[in-house]
Amino acid sequence: MFTRILKNPLSVAGLVLISYNVFLAVFAPFIAPNTTGIVQYDPYLIPRDPALGMWMEPNAPTPAHLFGTSSMQVDLFYGCVWGTRFAFQLGLEVIVATLGIGLVLGLLAGYYGGFIDEVIMRFTDIILAFPGLILAMVFVAVLGKIGWNVLQAAIFSIILIGWPGYTRLIRGEVLRVRGEDYVEAARASGASDLRIMVRHILPNSIYTVIIVASLDFGSIVLTAAALSFLGLGSPAGYADWGRLIFDGVPYAASGLYYWWTFVYPGIFIVLFTLGWNLLGDALRDVLDPLTRRK
Amino acid sequence: MGLREYIIRRLILIIPIMLGVVLLIFAVMQFVDPVQRVTLYLRNPRQFAPDVIRRYISIYGLDQPVWVQFYNWLSGMLQGQFGYSSYYREMVLPGLLARVPATLEIVLFSTPLIILGGIWLGVESAVRKDRSFDQLTRIFSILGTSLPSFFFGILLSAIFIAQLKWVSTSRLTPSLYTQVSLMQSSHHWNTYTGLMTLDSLLNGRPDICFDALIHLALPVLVLMFIQTAVLVRVTRSSMLESLGKTYITAARAKGLTNSEVVYKHARRNALIPVVTISGLLVGGMMTGLVITESVFMFPGIGQWAAEAAQVFDVSVVIVYAMFSSAVFVLANLIVDVLYAYIDPRIRLG
Repeated sequence: MFTRILKNPLSVAGLVLISYNVFLAVFAPFIAPNTTGIVQYDPYLIPRDPALGMWMEPNAPTPAHLFGTSSMQVDLFYGCVWGTRFAFQLGLEVIVATLGIGLVLGLLAGYYGGFIDEVIMRFTDIILAFPGLILAMVFVAVLGKIGWNVLQAAIFSIILIGWPGYTRLIRGEVLRVRGEDYVEAARASGASDLRIMVRHILPNSIYTVIIVASLDFGSIVLTAAALSFLGLGSPAGYADWGRLIFDGVPYAASGLYYWWTFVYPGIFIVLFTLGWNLLGDALRDVLDPLTRRK
Repeated sequence: MGLREYIIRRLILIIPIMLGVVLLIFAVMQFVDPVQRVTLYLRNPRQFAPDVIRRYISIYGLDQPVWVQFYNWLSGMLQGQFGYSSYYREMVLPGLLARVPATLEIVLFSTPLIILGGIWLGVESAVRKDRSFDQLTRIFSILGTSLPSFFFGILLSAIFIAQLKWVSTSRLTPSLYTQVSLMQSSHHWNTYTGLMTLDSLLNGRPDICFDALIHLALPVLVLMFIQTAVLVRVTRSSMLESLGKTYITAARAKGLTNSEVVYKHARRNALIPVVTISGLLVGGMMTGLVITESVFMFPGIGQWAAEAAQVFDVSVVIVYAMFSSAVFVLANLIVDVLYAYIDPRIRLG
């Protein structure tokens, strides 16, 4: 499989882009260190250079601030680089949570079938009856209304709209594996339901699910960025690409004069999602024999 | 099973889904405490003393058991009572309906372009597989799925609206907008459909129609770019699959011309999977509208909901969510029926 991926220039480009993003995320403290001397409680809250003050007008890129500054002199280089780390952290949190819920519910639905299956599947139907981002907007608005931290509400909402997809996928895989001889053999030898599910069904059905989930990284980060862009995500001055673009919107109203406020964060998002989409395309081609290149 | 029974069965299946949608929204609303929920029914909650609010809570039954509340809420909605928006200071349902035409206008202009463009590009790029046309189309479709609509929209609006000043945001140039609203108030402007491009022609103002068209161009372009990219991908892979089938070889062996083989035999079969994903496209469209309308300050329902969400105006957001899920479910129903019509095997399942 790997040699096939490495043969395709587009997927190699995808791998290169993803490695570049991983590099930025891992070495963010060294690439964009906090040089202001101000103690941060949260590394994602962009430190402001005291020399620049708190003016609303963005400053153009200088050697000290490579990408310039945005609203309230927030440093964009710091924001974009740490935004990569934030994207990975958010994506990981969401994937671990949605996969966890999906695994438990999908296993239960697929293994037991009947009433449990019916209840779980109808519930996924209801969630999937909404366009994802719009349901997330409802959750954020309600949680925000009762005083939740908006960023936490956004992450929670993305998890709530994400689990039904995995639940269905895992259920399908479980149904495929359930009838296999080794599961029957385990049952005949007196293994408990839990043991059959965890030791026999799970290892044989998780492979595709993990691939699909890892490819969802791009779309999860894009959803989070879209929520942030709508003002339903991180607070002002946070190292989150969607939020940085949201902060750049007022400056886009003056044309391209303050171009750096929205162009740099945008480029970082595109390079991130492009990487995942290129790799995802290649993987789909490799995994799907019908469109496989001859 | 005939097509008619299939349609009836699918229609009946929608009822539990829509009931579930309403139930989910209701369950989510239970997180908001009664004092805040009562404001959904009051025109101006600030002017009421706490004991008055408490009385309203009991009048509207917000202190009663959950199932009683659900019954009241549901029957209220069936009578068209969807609450009051404290942010827009208007009833939610009329507010939604007043903004539907603007959104409909974007949808009406972009959908045919998306479908025709997406299918044409997908088919042609599959026919010319691995040649430069195909490579360009693939790059376009990968860019279309990677470029976030809000970033693309902001770039376009910075360039064409703020920098070059070719158009303004919103539906019309501000001076014409004022004119229309003044004419409306003096009944010199008849609102027939709410669609600016159509109404202006019916009122004998082609200049306003032209202006409205120009203002639609950017939102339609953003929506198109993202949605077409998805459609191109699906059409291309389905067409490639179809071109590899044995009946294509048979058709070629029969001596049919290349265009007959491609457009009559291969394309017709390749479009079946395309029909099935068009339901998903409607979902993507609803999401895309929220972003696109917000970027271009286009006064449709998407922008209406997004702005309300920022100030946690729950009553607007839930009505918008229920509306879009109804559209989404209905679109999927239509797609399923179409699919059953095209492919009779489905009706048996």
